[in-house]
Amino acid sequence: MKCQKCEKPATFHITDLTGKEGLLELHLCPDCAKQYLQTGESEQETPKISGVLSSQLKLEQTAEDLKELDGKECPICGISFYEFRQAGRLGCPHDYVFFGEELEPLLLNVHNGSEHVGKQPKRGVRDTESQTELIRLRREMKEAVQEENYERAQELRDRIRSIEGEGRSNE
Amino acid sequence: MVIDELHDRCGEWLKGDGPQSDIVMSSRIRLARNLADFPFIRRCNDIDKANIESTVRERLSQEDAFTTLNFFNVAKLNSLDRQLLVERQLISRELSNGDGSRAVAIDSRERLSLMVNEEDHLRIQVMKSGLNLDGAWEQINKLDDDIESRLTYAFHPKFGYLTACPTNAGTGIRVSVLVHLPALAITHQIEKVFRSLQKINLVVRGLYGEGTQAMGDFYQISNQVTLGKSEREIIDQVADVIPYVIDYERKARQYLLDEKQNDLFDRVSRAYGTLQTAQQISSEETMYLLSRVRMGVNLELIDNLEIPHINQLFLRTQPAHLQKICEQTLDTDQRNVERANYLRLQLKRDDTDAQAN
Repeated sequence: MKCQKCEKPATFHITDLTGKEGLLELHLCPDCAKQYLQTGESEQETPKISGVLSSQLKLEQTAEDLKELDGKECPICGISFYEFRQAGRLGCPHDYVFFGEELEPLLLNVHNGSEHVGKQPKRGVRDTESQTELIRLRREMKEAVQEENYERAQELRDRIRSIEGEGRSNE
Repeated sequence: MVIDELHDRCGEWLKGDGPQSDIVMSSRIRLARNLADFPFIRRCNDIDKANIESTVRERLSQEDAFTTLNFFNVAKLNSLDRQLLVERQLISRELSNGDGSRAVAIDSRERLSLMVNEEDHLRIQVMKSGLNLDGAWEQINKLDDDIESRLTYAFHPKFGYLTACPTNAGTGIRVSVLVHLPALAITHQIEKVFRSLQKINLVVRGLYGEGTQAMGDFYQISNQVTLGKSEREIIDQVADVIPYVIDYERKARQYLLDEKQNDLFDRVSRAYGTLQTAQQISSEETMYLLSRVRMGVNLELIDNLEIPHINQLFLRTQPAHLQKICEQTLDTDQRNVERANYLRLQLKRDDTDAQAN
């Protein structure tokens, strides 16, 4: 069998399930297949989320609202809504609370449900505040190091260690 | 265990036993989990990642269930060793190609793999040969409990286990069954099957996950939804549909036997003949031909080969495995020659065995 895009023999037999037109069968030589797969690969999962998200936002928000929303930053990890929208990845557990209102329609769209009904941690969800506090302190420490404020970084490291120590002695 | 011990072993998913193993290669469940006191990977620098890795390692070493695991520091492995783990489905391409501190813990039977610092802090995976989702769930559920007794997971009462990507939030579960469907491919019915699977929110992927083509007629069928349904409901959704897929494939095979016998025999023996005589062969063509031979063995058209042996050939003709077998680095052209040599040797030896018997 010849490659569908050139004259070389086809050794890749590809069934593409992700195309807009539905299913696509391709028979390609190694070179054409490589090209096809590399360009196809970058369009995975991530844009799908931002796609769902942006269509949702267009319906509900004006351009100005969206601009304001994009600038919203999580106080714990510092990720902006714009960065999440671009990357399709959140920055920390607190984002689910902080961007909760924006995430809920997205979750509904992807999962057709927005309430967890499965398994729960056995130990119970305790003390989430000190957990997010740790994430915030870790971020502040990074910033202090970047600003070469080592005294502050040292201070923050000690606080992180003391909170971690408390957590451990509770176990 | 060192990496070099892996390549001549068989691995759980290629054992070729377990229920329905002529069509179902393996059953896999993975759980995505994150530690509550660290940012998600995207906002982690190298120090955070190193801290996560050492925390996981240290805490799990206190738990009996994990003392027998082998930890590999993926960041320190060379690219060939990383590729070997990818080919064995013990790590993802994302973990292999990632940067910064990252690790994987594997049990000696390769049923369990625990990836650290992939897309989420933890990706727990359990594999079983054949169709055995209940067995996989029982094992992974227990493991998850054991890990949770040592580490605090990021969890929200409403959104469940919190993951870096909202598409995994809730249960964080992916249930996936690897099936071999050559007859549905030959009879052009596979699209129909996939379309109906998509309608009930199941996803079909190639052998090596997202973005890979359907190599060697292997397909992974898995759930898409992770929130709003319990783990049990999600497992059942996949488990309930697999018997239909198996049944369609069996019917397609029977149709080929009844109506297209010459065509089927021709496809199978040409594939077998090419593998036995080729002087150079790509890994893709090998997969394509081995797929036909595998079906030929299942339909008793070839009687001197065993399924586990073919399953192993699928793996050992992959680039990293082949280079381990040859004990040297090979470029693509050299690999194609060595692959053909290896196949001729492997498939010929079976011939002489059969004649000697």
